[in-house]
Amino acid sequence: MAKSSIKIRAKEKGGVTTVKTLITHPMETGLRKNKKTGKLIPAHFIEEVTCEAGGKKVFVAEMSGGVSKNPYLSFKFTGAGKGDEIKLSWVDNKGGSDSATAKIR
Amino acid sequence: MNANIKRRLFIKGSVAAGTLGAAAGAGLLTPQTVLAKWSESAFHAKSSATALKNLLGSDAAEESSAIKIKAPDIAENGAVVPVSVTSSIPGTESISILSTGNQTPLIFNAKLGPGAKGFVSTRIKMGKTGDVVAIVKANGKLYKASKAVKVTIGGCGG
Repeated sequence: MAKSSIKIRAKEKGGVTTVKTLITHPMETGLRKNKKTGKLIPAHFIEEVTCEAGGKKVFVAEMSGGVSKNPYLSFKFTGAGKGDEIKLSWVDNKGGSDSATAKIR
Repeated sequence: MNANIKRRLFIKGSVAAGTLGAAAGAGLLTPQTVLAKWSESAFHAKSSATALKNLLGSDAAEESSAIKIKAPDIAENGAVVPVSVTSSIPGTESISILSTGNQTPLIFNAKLGPGAKGFVSTRIKMGKTGDVVAIVKANGKLYKASKAVKVTIGGCGG
């Protein structure tokens, strides 16, 4: 199986879970030119990152190509405890997607 | 091509709220709904005002000191500018990040579900020196804060 494009760290402290994630993705804006050919590189970026905990969507991030390559994302939420599982998934503008799960530590 | 048609439909839908049928059927009447679909018309808008109108329904935001933006004063590399936004406004529903210097200013929109804290951190690209603007939607109102970031090498061009 191909290596997952998502790295997640989720840590619970005092009832607040902090999630940090790194996603491997080129995040092309569609505005950048290929230096050799002078042609625009087609846009290829993540449109949406969704995080679910306990079957509920706790966090949805919509992005444009303005987010840096290999996006880093961090957020916090309450209502989950140690050992609970969170699921993170993304969808890009070409229909690509991936998801990963992690246990809250 | 497809994108254009979608945009048309979207405009139609938002102008004539009475004709819910077509727009809702196409799943396009959703820019203000929490956890809705990616808002193409907003993310492709060339101005901050248009982007906000398409995303949140309005661009009238009130300055708020309850929003804190953490970003560097000078970004040496515009391709990777770390930005953190913390909102201590109760009932924060969404946090959007815009960069006024970019061709398409709207970069990021976080929709907070139940239990989510008013905090988000990510890394953005900045085409040139400009303001990083954070828009927070809470209780149906918009609040904003901004921070000037000087970019020495642009991150959007070649």
